[in-house]
Amino acid sequence: MSNKSVKDLIELSNELRWQIGDDFHDNLIEGIYADASQIVSDTVKSDKGNKKLRLEAKIDKIITSKMWGFPLMFLILGTVLWLTIIGANYPSSMLATLLLDNIHPVLKSGAASISMPWWLDGFLIDGVYLALAWVIAVMLPPMAIFFPLFTLLEDFGYLPRVAFNLDYLFKKAGAHGKQALTMSMGFGCNAAGVVATRIIDSPRERLIAIITNNFSLCNGRWPTQILIASIFIGAVVPESLSGLASVGAVIGIAILGMGFMFLSSWALSKTVLKGEVSTFNLELPPYRPPRFWKTIYTSLIDRTLIVLWRAMVFAAPAGAVIWLVSNINIGDHSIAFWMIDSLDGFGWMLGLNGVILVAYIVAIPANEIVIPTILMLTVLVTGIAGGEGAGVMFELDSANATGDILKAGGWTLLTAVNLMLFSLLHNPCSTTIYTIYKETRSVKWTTVASLMPVFMGFVVTFLVAQIWRLFS
Amino acid sequence: MGKKVVNTNCEVCPQYNAKGLKKLGVNIENTDFVVALAGNPNTGKSTVFNALTGLRQHTGNWPGKTVVRAEGAFEYNSKKFKLVDLPGTYSLLSTSQDEEVARNFILFGKPDVTVIVVDASRLERNLNLVLQILEITNRAVLCLNLMDEAKRNNIEIDERTLARDLGIPVVPTSARFNKGIPELITTINEVANGNIVCKPHRIKNVPKNIDNAVKKLSEEIKLQFPNIPNSRWIAFRLLEGDTRIIDALKTNEFV
Repeated sequence: MSNKSVKDLIELSNELRWQIGDDFHDNLIEGIYADASQIVSDTVKSDKGNKKLRLEAKIDKIITSKMWGFPLMFLILGTVLWLTIIGANYPSSMLATLLLDNIHPVLKSGAASISMPWWLDGFLIDGVYLALAWVIAVMLPPMAIFFPLFTLLEDFGYLPRVAFNLDYLFKKAGAHGKQALTMSMGFGCNAAGVVATRIIDSPRERLIAIITNNFSLCNGRWPTQILIASIFIGAVVPESLSGLASVGAVIGIAILGMGFMFLSSWALSKTVLKGEVSTFNLELPPYRPPRFWKTIYTSLIDRTLIVLWRAMVFAAPAGAVIWLVSNINIGDHSIAFWMIDSLDGFGWMLGLNGVILVAYIVAIPANEIVIPTILMLTVLVTGIAGGEGAGVMFELDSANATGDILKAGGWTLLTAVNLMLFSLLHNPCSTTIYTIYKETRSVKWTTVASLMPVFMGFVVTFLVAQIWRLFS
Repeated sequence: MGKKVVNTNCEVCPQYNAKGLKKLGVNIENTDFVVALAGNPNTGKSTVFNALTGLRQHTGNWPGKTVVRAEGAFEYNSKKFKLVDLPGTYSLLSTSQDEEVARNFILFGKPDVTVIVVDASRLERNLNLVLQILEITNRAVLCLNLMDEAKRNNIEIDERTLARDLGIPVVPTSARFNKGIPELITTINEVANGNIVCKPHRIKNVPKNIDNAVKKLSEEIKLQFPNIPNSRWIAFRLLEGDTRIIDALKTNEFV
């Protein structure tokens, strides 16, 4: 086809466009709707006063009302978290007993019987195996409870209602209402949340959604929050209230995350990403009774096992690296010691410590391994009994045991609170960073999205630490 | 599953059995036909996709779950079909990325059959997209999904009249419960093989002056590109000043 004839076509279309005027788009759409309603009137019979639809409308009126919308949202999220925290305790300690108390000694004696060299035995069994065992024991039970519950809510049709409730706030922040949906996706996985921003058509608003998605607590971070909250926050109140207090703390962090999301969306839309807010239609889908067993099955396979697998893939080499840095000495001390020592001052300023900061560096590939890394390093620097040597994990049969280790490592309530804050406010994991780059194709925005949260984390934990120390 | 005794006439009918069906999962090599799966968000496209391919694309009850193209395959009567799950969209007329992915695939990917999945209880709203797709392609099947829900809501649909009005086959399904899937497969097969010829509905309620302009431009397009099946739709897009379509004309993507 010659270029000339194409040019002619375009010229003709330009000419005709002038003739038919501006209303073309609207006229066409009106035409489509007219056709559609004609077809429907010939083919569809329905009774308008349908009871079920009226019931749905009534439920929606409550769930999306100004008065009940938010309290109900927090109540539902709270129930899910409460079930997770309470329910995960027992399987967790059973798994820990099995993997750490029973299998680990067998592996050790097996290695001894074939006279495996001490460094290989340490590297494989005390490094790699223990890291994996820890991840499974601590992360599998809460995930196996949390994800199916969350998926059930999703299949029931609750997420779009959350989006509906939050739409107003996003609009105020100068962002797109659909960001509420991508934010909810982020509660599962930030990388998935970033990909989901494709539903936002304005590039400006999409960029805001991408940059701020990290403020949704993801899979890898829920277990950290839940664990630290149950050990430290739950412990400051009478035992009967400890479950409630831990749930409250975790929800508090999640809500704080949303707060930071609105705040930074607003700041971005007022400064570097200025522009109009676009409007859109949000469809509230019908409530659908979830297919219970199928949902349980797919969420276990698709979410729980995939996340667990990812955690294991990253934890195994991390365990090995930790064992290595704690067993290779430079001068009088191990590499790990020097790293922790050099970061301790800065960590103290933030109300954290060197161990936590090193753990966050090691854990850039996956948030899931932050807690295991912290524990291993804490054992290493404090030399707590139970560790069988440098970089070897101890036996851990309950959350309380974890708490004892951490307290021995100099942890206070401030450390716990600031760890929870820093877990919310730090750089996205490497998968998410890579996804942001793939979606934006911009080094600049990827850098902004990666560094902005860490910076905010430093500022917030620093302020909290200073104020805390002033009053205590 | 594991049915051995034939009880009813239905069960001996080839429509019911869809005996030749083999779910191929992600094995999408050397396929004979390409089938696109389009539709509004939250109509169960991904569920239909899973039912046909045996894959487990995650599904969820909210609009916008699928934003990327998912691909899978199935085999029926020793023909291999590649199935492409497009992002759910309400229309093909705007420029958000999900709509463009869907639009470009139907337009440039030239699928052999486009299955349009609609929510039977919300037919009128869904028809907006259906009518737009029928301007682009001649070979389509309407999958009237979520029939169980429509029934619960006492909505009755005259499928035959609907098929006649739209000019394409209509298959009622409840993909969540695997109902109607065998019928859907045989219908896809028939359309792909040309045994069913569609006469798709074209948008009628267009003001006279626009209709004239579209006709004029469309004639010209047909003259220049005799192989284009959707000259009228391209005329719509040119009048709208769609740069992607203008570029496609320039680079000969329609040939």
